[in-house]
Amino acid sequence: MTARLQATTARRRSLGHRRALSGVMGALMWLAAILATLPLILLLFHLLREGASSIDLAFFTRLPKPVGEAGGGMAHAIVGTLILVGIAGAIGLPVGIGAGLYLAEQRGARLATSVRFLSDVLNGMPSIVMGIFAWHFLVRPVGHFSALAGGIALGAMMIPLVTRATEEMVRIVPTALREAALALGYPHWRTSVSIVLRTALPGIVTAALVAIARIAGETAPLLFTAFGNAWWSVRVDQPIAALPLQIYEYAKSPYDDWHRLAWAAALVLIGLVLIISLLARFVTRSRHGGVGD
Amino acid sequence: MTDAVPAAPEPLAVAPPDGSTALEGRSAADAVYRSLTTAFAVAIPVLLAFITFEVVAAAWPALRQFGFGFLTSSAWDPVRSQFGAAPMIFGTIVSSLLALILAAPLALGVAIFLSEFSPRWLRQPVSFLVDLLAAIPSVVYGLWGIFVLLPVLRETVMPFLANTLGLGRTPFFSGPAYGNSMLAAAVILAIMILPYISAVSREVLMAVPRSQREAALAMGATKWEMIRDAVIPYARSGILGGLILGLGRALGETMAVTMLIGNRHEISTSLFAPGYTLASVIANEFAEATNELHTSALMACGAVLLVVTLVVNAVARWLVWSVAREPKS
Repeated sequence: MTARLQATTARRRSLGHRRALSGVMGALMWLAAILATLPLILLLFHLLREGASSIDLAFFTRLPKPVGEAGGGMAHAIVGTLILVGIAGAIGLPVGIGAGLYLAEQRGARLATSVRFLSDVLNGMPSIVMGIFAWHFLVRPVGHFSALAGGIALGAMMIPLVTRATEEMVRIVPTALREAALALGYPHWRTSVSIVLRTALPGIVTAALVAIARIAGETAPLLFTAFGNAWWSVRVDQPIAALPLQIYEYAKSPYDDWHRLAWAAALVLIGLVLIISLLARFVTRSRHGGVGD
Repeated sequence: MTDAVPAAPEPLAVAPPDGSTALEGRSAADAVYRSLTTAFAVAIPVLLAFITFEVVAAAWPALRQFGFGFLTSSAWDPVRSQFGAAPMIFGTIVSSLLALILAAPLALGVAIFLSEFSPRWLRQPVSFLVDLLAAIPSVVYGLWGIFVLLPVLRETVMPFLANTLGLGRTPFFSGPAYGNSMLAAAVILAIMILPYISAVSREVLMAVPRSQREAALAMGATKWEMIRDAVIPYARSGILGGLILGLGRALGETMAVTMLIGNRHEISTSLFAPGYTLASVIANEFAEATNELHTSALMACGAVLLVVTLVVNAVARWLVWSVAREPKS
């Protein structure tokens, strides 16, 4: 660093010149910040403008109408997304929380280091690959698409997200708390479950909500597993509709009616994701309220 | 954030069971707990290995039949059972690198803004808005891309590029501007990876010790010289890790790209021309694969993508970790 600074001064630029450069660069950073927030604002603006007018009660309670007929809704896709997310949570949460507990408690162990690393690597795996894996493993042997296969694919994507977040949350539980419980004669497992996990619970709930918000909008893992369904279905062994799949199909279609519904579905999906994210922030903020009682 | 908690000593080991009956039940329960959490933890590497194995196994027939030619041939003809993934590999690399080039200055700019320039009250809202970009589902980016981005590119940006500074005479900005193109895919990818790069860069920039900055200022550096000579070099490998992480995201991104890139099995030098990526060929053709070999060829595309992203992500994580672990001296 010293050498670099000396090199700078050695260039003998006037102080005015250097100050001007500093000011220009500062302005550029401000510009970058403005430009970077622009896409989100534009996206939300267009979603509201194009989607809001198509959202009514029927959107949440009816099934799609054939092209050309007005009205209709996406009740089946909304329920489908909820079912898929439910299956995913049933798989991703227990495994993720368990693995996160392990990583936090066995911090230094060699196994923990490699699991942590591979969990991050798994997190970066393309979602479409998860889709073809689930197809090959769960759909092909059975012979037909199913909600279960889609939910499992999403659940597998949730595991690394929940694992790392749980680990972070469990780590910040003060060691003194754990030691106090152990000193009182609590066995190790009860200390972990009723003291450590309980203290970290708000943080873990936040992590779970963030993970759910992330996978609720996934499309690629569902293309060849849940597949989509034009009709009402809540059976887990049958193809099921989902909001992201519906948006994809409608956006590609040539019909203006369907484009409108795609915007509306996107608005509902974003609304769902945002509500879950805001809920997550709220839970984090009230963290200190829930500990002592 | 985590700085608030001092580095805690390892918890004292639970006293080993000394043979009394009360403690035996306890140690059994502890053993159950221990093996349960260990099993969940081990599930992660097992899952990763299993996915890799399954995808490669499913891709094997195509890989065996076409060998190395699968990576270099441009023939993609399901009817004659000829499959080569060169256009998709080309498209994946070009769209991702272009996205990285577009996103990197912006993402680093925001990160530097947040760690060095932003007033305190602005820090939270700006980072929230940028982070929120990562929460938008890919398919919604695709929808927005089709109906908002494509018309703008087709009617404003592409004609501008073609008519400015003679760029239109270069092979990169030539040909008709349909909209659906490599350029459109790269722009949407750039927006999508922006939050990942800026989040990692922000973290590592903020982790640069205060003393580093103060030392530079004390030696008479201007603010920008301080950032350039004292802050960025310190955070360099972490920033590089963030960039590679963003690249990994871009390589595997599926829905938005499939909806915007135009999906054509051809290698073109022009960014205005449609292209294809490994992920989008799977999304488009998998459900309609005509025969076993076609399915297997698509699986092989997935296998190539999987291996590349695993390596890219491993490198990125390693870089980011090496910064995080560095002793703050």
